[in-house]
Amino acid sequence: MDFIVLSLLKTGLVAFVFLTALAYLQWIERKVIAHVQVRVGPNRVGPHGLLQPLTDTIKLLTKEDLIPSHVNKFFYLLAPIIGVSMALISISVIPFGPEIEIPFTGIKTYLGLTDLNIGVLVPLACSGIGVYAVALAGWSSNNKYALLGGLRASAQMISYELPMALSIAAPLLMYNTLDMRKIVEQQGAIKFGFVYSWGIFSYLGLPFVAFILFLICAFAETNRIPFDLPEAENELVAGFHTEYSSMKFASFFMAEYANMTTICCLATVLFLGGWYPPVEFPGVNYIPGLVFVFSGLMMLYHGTVNLVRARDKYTLPAFGIIFCGIGLAHFVPFLMPILVPLFWFLSKVLFLLFLYIWVRATLPRFRYDQLMHFAWGWMFPVSIGVLFATALLVAVWK
Amino acid sequence: MADTAILETPSAALSRRRTMTLNMGPQHPSTHGVLRIVLDLDGEVILKAVADIGFLHTGIEKQCETKTWQQVVPLTDRVDYLSNLANNLAYVLAVERLLQIEIPPRAQYLRVMLTEISRIASHLVWLGTHALDIGAMSMFMYCFREREEILKILEMFSGQRMMTSYLRVGGVALDAPRGWEKVVGRFLDDFPGKIDMYENLLTGNPIWTLRTKGVGYMPLEDLLDWGVTGPMLRAAGLKWDIRKDEPYSGYDKFSFDVPTRTESDVFARYMVRMAELRESLKIARQALDGMPGGAFQADAPQITLPAREKMKTQMEALIYHFKIVTEGFAVPAGEAYACVESPRGELGYYVVSDGGTKPCRVHMRTPSFGNLQILGPMLENTLIADSIAALGSMDFVLGDTDR
Repeated sequence: MDFIVLSLLKTGLVAFVFLTALAYLQWIERKVIAHVQVRVGPNRVGPHGLLQPLTDTIKLLTKEDLIPSHVNKFFYLLAPIIGVSMALISISVIPFGPEIEIPFTGIKTYLGLTDLNIGVLVPLACSGIGVYAVALAGWSSNNKYALLGGLRASAQMISYELPMALSIAAPLLMYNTLDMRKIVEQQGAIKFGFVYSWGIFSYLGLPFVAFILFLICAFAETNRIPFDLPEAENELVAGFHTEYSSMKFASFFMAEYANMTTICCLATVLFLGGWYPPVEFPGVNYIPGLVFVFSGLMMLYHGTVNLVRARDKYTLPAFGIIFCGIGLAHFVPFLMPILVPLFWFLSKVLFLLFLYIWVRATLPRFRYDQLMHFAWGWMFPVSIGVLFATALLVAVWK
Repeated sequence: MADTAILETPSAALSRRRTMTLNMGPQHPSTHGVLRIVLDLDGEVILKAVADIGFLHTGIEKQCETKTWQQVVPLTDRVDYLSNLANNLAYVLAVERLLQIEIPPRAQYLRVMLTEISRIASHLVWLGTHALDIGAMSMFMYCFREREEILKILEMFSGQRMMTSYLRVGGVALDAPRGWEKVVGRFLDDFPGKIDMYENLLTGNPIWTLRTKGVGYMPLEDLLDWGVTGPMLRAAGLKWDIRKDEPYSGYDKFSFDVPTRTESDVFARYMVRMAELRESLKIARQALDGMPGGAFQADAPQITLPAREKMKTQMEALIYHFKIVTEGFAVPAGEAYACVESPRGELGYYVVSDGGTKPCRVHMRTPSFGNLQILGPMLENTLIADSIAALGSMDFVLGDTDR
């Protein structure tokens, strides 16, 4: 009974946080790109446009749910459902933190929804099925741009799945397990007395190459610049979702961001040591709290004493107080074991997501055939090479 | 890379009727206006491309016949709305050729300086949209940030940001405003650093070079046969620039280079235009430093409006003012052609007068129209993605094409 209630609670919590985070990820993306491009970004709804995700959701939900007359209705409706459900499912196997005790109850539980012994394969399988969403959407829309977009997307995702799987296989050889939680726990070992043995730090840094390969594949797998050909708006208008509107469009949109987040979580678990900090020294557990308190104090300073813009008069102090509060919560003894691992995990994921956005604001996009050539002529051989080299090292080392 | 040679020949695929016809435009993000291209596709390979123009036809040439000579100037603004000063200039040069009036050096310098500055603005729009088409979306914002400075300068001179109508038959509309040297000088000082930034972002970028090198190639002979002019021609290796070869408006007094490349692909066109940005800066700088004093309009009372004060105090000036404003000035019968180097290529105005106060015929030889003719052969046997890059490198303006 406890198990069911606990699982339901955890699922509800993760689903709520995940969906909210997806909406805000889009806000972050718009803000970051705006600042890269010397613009302001959303700033009309709420302070600094913070309520923009909410209005976007309302807008998309209340738009007319239009089904064009020339589509194949069954597959047209099926595609976004497959897309969004597959994108949302794979978060369930990601471990966010170690075993913790829920305050005041004494119940012990793992931070994360499930721990499958084949956990690593689940996101791969989900993204494999997710290809159907894109291909079906492109085909069933009966639109030429959508068809081209769908074709491009399915070819691209299938091609990049291969080097991606190979670049995942390299660290799996080192960890010798498919269970994500065990993978992270192995990275919790301390080397030279102060460095955590993150995936990318071990085996002469060879997994770092695998990590880079994985990141490149991740960009391609989630159809982001420089590999965003399926929805290259300057060529194919909107690619495979040209004919989609309202909530169906939102589903594809959400699926893209969910895939991004999941793949960043996967990279964190496999290569970046999950919830472990980079180095170990006495008091390392106080760093997260100090970071929050420091940024909160900065906001308070700039919001009161050193006020530059009048419109920050209320927002900056408010956020300063919130950040200080979050920081102080990190020092509470019974919250510390929960919040500190979560901080490290989320900061790594957010860094990778920031990388995604940064790249999007900077790079041009590949051409379709160059992208395939890149996958088969460059990524594939290199990932095989890395796999063999890792295998050799593991055989010699162990 | 998809070697198009290993695919079957276009005609063979066409005859087997397994092609897809795609209507690109007139509403499409990358056709830069209302251009419709009918593409015959085999997969993503374009077998045949036919440009369908005319969606932006406004009948400007005919409208010109209903206006007095001076009133035509604002109409020419609307032809190529990204480089309106070049259009103004070609028109007034043609009319001045018929009138045979001497333009004072200050007006010449002002014309040259502002035309070059607006050439920079036009190239910035090209660069921003071209980069946006290839996916580098931040470039668009950076280019428009700098263009904003130029629009401010143009507004300072003429009172208008885009449709400046600054040039007049016989000179320019107004004298340079107070403090203009500082504003223009500041822009000319800052802008070279901005060009360096653009080049840092694009020129060495491997994805950018992959997308542009060898794409949209056209041999020089074909370009000449199809009547292509401007940066596209210079990127194919022909050093043809009307500013150098048939100097007008005192361009022979300025020292500048005509950048050329030989590859004749999208990358070469990009490099040529980037070099042209620097050359335009050079010309504008020389015009700023050597700006002569004196009158800004020709000493031709029957053509140029008298100064306000003169008009209020002198009988003769008042008569001229009344005549020019009510019926315009008469231009001796005859025909004249004047061409200038617009940012897009050779821009010519052919003007016919029957001796009246309105043009009998105004015909525009617009560079976008000439350049767009080569679209079909250029896109044949390329990929859709390449067609976007090639279209961007042509830098056409639909208003200029359709008139």
